[in-house]
Amino acid sequence: MILTFIEIRDGKIKKSSLETLSEAARKARELHIPLQAVVVGSAPEGTGAELGAAGAAKVHILESPELSSYSSQGFVRALESLVRETSPAAVFFPATAMGRDLAPRLAARLGVSLASDITAVAVRDGRLVFTRPVFAGKARLTLALTASPAIATLRPNVFPLESAAGSAAEVVKKAVDIPAGAVRGRVVEILGEKGAAIDVSEAEIVVSGGRAMKGPEGFTVLGELAALLPRAAVGASRTAVDSGWIGHSHQVGQTGKTVSPNIYFAFGISGAIQHLAGMSSSKVIVAVNKDPEAPMFKVADYGIVADLFQVVPALIAELKLHYS
Amino acid sequence: MNVVVFMKRVPDTESRIRIDREMKSVVEEGLNFIISPYDEYAVEEALRLREAKGGKVTVVALGPDEAATTLRKALAMGADEAVLIKDDRKETYDPLRVARVLAAFVKAKAADADLLLFGRMSVGSDNASVPSMVAEILDYPQANVVTKLEIDGREAVAHREIEGALEKISFSLPAVVSAQKGLNEPRYETLKGIMAAKKKPVPVVTIAELGLEAGTAEPHVEVLEMELPAAKQAGKTIPGTPEEAARELLRLLRTEAKAL
Repeated sequence: MILTFIEIRDGKIKKSSLETLSEAARKARELHIPLQAVVVGSAPEGTGAELGAAGAAKVHILESPELSSYSSQGFVRALESLVRETSPAAVFFPATAMGRDLAPRLAARLGVSLASDITAVAVRDGRLVFTRPVFAGKARLTLALTASPAIATLRPNVFPLESAAGSAAEVVKKAVDIPAGAVRGRVVEILGEKGAAIDVSEAEIVVSGGRAMKGPEGFTVLGELAALLPRAAVGASRTAVDSGWIGHSHQVGQTGKTVSPNIYFAFGISGAIQHLAGMSSSKVIVAVNKDPEAPMFKVADYGIVADLFQVVPALIAELKLHYS
Repeated sequence: MNVVVFMKRVPDTESRIRIDREMKSVVEEGLNFIISPYDEYAVEEALRLREAKGGKVTVVALGPDEAATTLRKALAMGADEAVLIKDDRKETYDPLRVARVLAAFVKAKAADADLLLFGRMSVGSDNASVPSMVAEILDYPQANVVTKLEIDGREAVAHREIEGALEKISFSLPAVVSAQKGLNEPRYETLKGIMAAKKKPVPVVTIAELGLEAGTAEPHVEVLEMELPAAKQAGKTIPGTPEEAARELLRLLRTEAKAL
């Protein structure tokens, strides 16, 4: 059986969890083994139908008053009890902030290692083989895990969704016992939630600016452009972040976030090695730069040699006119 | 307050990576090595905590003899003590192995540490898993990818970066915290610090001395292939005025790339 961890945020199942479940469904079919999902805490209405459509036959909902907000120590105990009971061959997590916080904790508790931020899963000689970028994408590592279960976190925006893989999943609620004093750290508040804000690591389109943005005002204009595009977020180069023009949570590159959106717009980003490492796995790359020699043009699918301050307003005008 | 900071020596982020496909590893020859950038935020935070609350900052690296250079940089920044856990094995990409060794170090040599600080991930292996694993092995609470840390007695509050928001985590010490960019601005070493760091001993501990059970420091990750990403084909340059180019770009994204 493959078990998939489903993350709930704002009372909804996260898209990255459905992507992870969809990939688990494809591998479970290939291995002829069942697929199940697990929600820790409480699940929204319709969870069985939504997860069933992505391929899950059964959904475990693990409940305890201790699990009402996220805590790595509480969640890991709940998951451990389910893993010991159901003995899955693999446990998949989305490689989100929560998945990457929790999966290694579960792996260590079970005495196994894990494969992080996976961009491809294959079955070879009956076992799962994982491919992941290392050095932020400058190299690619393919590995197998020698102990069971195989625990992996799967990168958002990489794996396609299955939407008609099966009928509604069976939903099983279980009370889990978390001993008093076992949880000594937990989330007490979520700050700066902006509802619609999409993180660069999860965005389908990233609109990024570099040194040529010249200041914070330029990023306001990029924000306007992002607002006109579906599931888009604003990104930035290290220079732009270090100059204080935009917050570091927007930084793309080896010392920022590694992203794989459908479209990556690089406005005035020359293309330092450490930046290219963080975005070169994007499906389509667009470079706009005054300097025709900018290294970014070498990885771009489409290039415009022009001043970004003329191109960005033209894109905004065109999108408003024909695409909204 | 005693803080242990775990550091790693990694290839410079500005360097080009070459692969030895037969050895399934990165070619180290000719590479420049640095402190993993996030580890600098961890060292800085430890120094600030000591300045505010007293105590001691110990920096620890797992790696070959050359990793002592990484530790000396932290000593030059102001760390009190450094320890090298000697490990001549090449990168295994196995976070469990590293976490078991580091947790064994804490149990054997630093059981009085109030806080274990890490960078949020070491650049290169990019696992971001060792801090959580060490926390689990020691049964400590954890706060990863932290941009703000406040400690009051045995209680702490951290802001942790998640998608599009921050989680405020409340936890008790001892604990594991991993540092994200934005936590602080790391100081530069002073000349005086560099001179003093040169004179400080960097004791070397072997993995065998840490009392790990036989086999637990063996990797659980089997590296099958290591390769460079496929080279990209040259793209199209779109001519015309900015308005024409913008219009044509959107058309191509929609009809040719089918990405819009």
